[in-house]
Amino acid sequence: MNAESILRPSAALMQSDFSVPAMRCAGCISKLERGLSQQPGIVNARVNFTAKRVSISHLPELTMPELVAAIAETGFEAQAITDQQGDPAAAEAHQLLKAMAVAGFAMMNIMLLSVSVWSGATGVTRDLFHWLSAMIALPTVIYAGQPFFRSAWNALRKRRTNMDVPISIGVSITTMLSLYETFNHGQHAYFDGVVMLLFFLLTGRWLDAVMRDRARDGVSALLKQTAAGAMVLRADGKTEWVDASALVPGMQMIIAAGERLAADGIVVKGQSSFDLSLLTGESAAQSVNMGDVVHAGTLNVDAPVTVRVTASGPDTAIADIARLMEQAGQSKSVYVRIADRAARFYAPAVHTLALASFGGWMIAGAGWHESLLIAVAVLIITCPCALGLAVPAAQIVVAGALMRAGILVKDGSALERLAEVDLAMFDKTGTLTRGRPEPVNLDQADATQKSVLLALARASRHPLSEAIRRTLEAEGVIAADIDAVREVAGSGIYGSFNCINVSLGRPEVEISHEGMASQLQIGDLPPFAVHFADMMRPHAEETVAGLKEMGITSAILSGDRAVSVAPVARTLGLTAQTSMLPQDKLDAIARQKTAGYKVLMVGDGLNDGPALAAGYASMAPASASDAGQQAADIVFMGDSLAPVAIAIRAARRTQRIVRQNFVMAIGYNAIAVPLAIGGYVTPLIAAAAMSGSSLIVVANALRLRSAAR
Amino acid sequence: MTGLALLIPVALGLGLLGLAGFFWSVKSGQFDDADGAALRILIDDEDQP
Repeated sequence: MNAESILRPSAALMQSDFSVPAMRCAGCISKLERGLSQQPGIVNARVNFTAKRVSISHLPELTMPELVAAIAETGFEAQAITDQQGDPAAAEAHQLLKAMAVAGFAMMNIMLLSVSVWSGATGVTRDLFHWLSAMIALPTVIYAGQPFFRSAWNALRKRRTNMDVPISIGVSITTMLSLYETFNHGQHAYFDGVVMLLFFLLTGRWLDAVMRDRARDGVSALLKQTAAGAMVLRADGKTEWVDASALVPGMQMIIAAGERLAADGIVVKGQSSFDLSLLTGESAAQSVNMGDVVHAGTLNVDAPVTVRVTASGPDTAIADIARLMEQAGQSKSVYVRIADRAARFYAPAVHTLALASFGGWMIAGAGWHESLLIAVAVLIITCPCALGLAVPAAQIVVAGALMRAGILVKDGSALERLAEVDLAMFDKTGTLTRGRPEPVNLDQADATQKSVLLALARASRHPLSEAIRRTLEAEGVIAADIDAVREVAGSGIYGSFNCINVSLGRPEVEISHEGMASQLQIGDLPPFAVHFADMMRPHAEETVAGLKEMGITSAILSGDRAVSVAPVARTLGLTAQTSMLPQDKLDAIARQKTAGYKVLMVGDGLNDGPALAAGYASMAPASASDAGQQAADIVFMGDSLAPVAIAIRAARRTQRIVRQNFVMAIGYNAIAVPLAIGGYVTPLIAAAAMSGSSLIVVANALRLRSAAR
Repeated sequence: MTGLALLIPVALGLGLLGLAGFFWSVKSGQFDDADGAALRILIDDEDQP
């Protein structure tokens, strides 16, 4: 088969999973699998394209960074995934799929038998077919009904009711009565109806689970695993890669430029500047010298430094924010999903109706047997089959449409909550802006300067160099031929172009332009200064205007200083609160909540984590910190801010369709219930009505396919 | 009626066979990577002579 090498009988092979978000085509699969299995130490590599993961079995000698480097050699960027233990959510989807398959199989076979009963089988044949149906239906109900019985029992134990209570009661009573009928050579048995009901409902449940799984895989493929470890300098002068969890205070970490810190510490050697935007939201890098305190999660920008660990793991500043986030998530009131809210009214109504028709027919003198049959017909007809399918069908269709547009919805309730928000709060750095410096005056450079710039910038991983490289490469500039390129950490890149010395580096005189600039020097010519700014995301203004149109007010909550927030606030015409700590953002949301607003929090940084967890609904860009992405309900890809408005619009449309589906389900009941109470409903009519209404509901949900446009 | 005695077990048996096949395919991970399976058909096997 494709790219699989022969397994050597080795004693202990290790299995490691990596997320490779960049794979997009069949070529990527073969490149990864073939390329990896040819590398020494790697026995086999298997790609899961849906989850964008590659699973490598390798010799235990290979370490994580070596494996990441091996993947990089095939041309892909990868991150290690640590939680490989089977997760409960995926197991739940599998369980539901199996239950659905059993119900589907049973439904087809019972229908086969039922058709002959409906078309006039009598006497022994009918009894035989009923018996066969019972033999198929009983194990099916016991196996496939479990998710409903369990959930109904849990709800009843807490003295609450949900959708599963009427379903469980309906299914068990109908099954028992049909059994009784079969024993007594009765005319009607509802085995087909019961099993069909289970099949449709399980389909709904399964769709719901699939949607959650897909989004979760998508998000975990994006997670960046902020500093999984550090290079540690041992007492004997040797260096060694140590996992973040194994770092202890007193260790000396060597942090290269462009690396993130894995633990809190004090700088003991070297000086550099650190990007704290993940923690504070502040966009300009801060310079650190010997003796300064630096925190886990921050990015070393300029030069390598040695840091003595003072706190690691649960003691770091990051972990404090994580705790704050957890608290915020807990205090968030438990949201009751729309289907369960409907069930609160629906379940008592249905049970009263069934009981009333039983009582009514008893009083009318129909005998308990016939009255019970009619009551069961009412239960079967009113069973919330369409309701159980209405919500998940609409939500999975819209989640699929949004996913194609680069918006990942974590679960169905997120869509429901998003549709109700009436106040949007944005973080600035990384959310309204791109969160990375962009050169603003490159169009003033001439062609030679541009090509020299690109050649020099390509040689460095410094954020400013990368920004120059990205912009010039997008313009199609061809790099000049430069010899003897060398990077001096903390100073710049030097080389020679046609025997003239060229350099790109820190300006000799501090040119203040939001604190970020670098200078290109070609020989003795006057230097060219490249200025940088954190650019606004495209479509930010349209998005704010679009939200206003939908009746949603917007505001800015930023951890950055007022000076840097003001221009953004002015351009967008928004009010802004600045210099906020994570706790302040949390308080601001709590204040709006008590004022009666349903707050949508849009943020990206670690400092937004608690606020994202506390918001009524929350969104984060894919460039966000891991914590931000995990706390957010919805994650959107790309630079544009437009997905915020698109997602809200789609969520509102979904709510409309769901409501239409409810109205249709109720309308169907309004027609069918009187028939059932009148005693005119046979198993044939019940089966036709049930599948008919389900089809209509699904067809209506399919209209949402274009919702993300 | 004698036809039924044969046909019904046959129908049920085939259905059960299908169900067993489906269970097997779920268990052996054939539904884990549906998108990837669709793409793998496009990969040329270079290793074969």
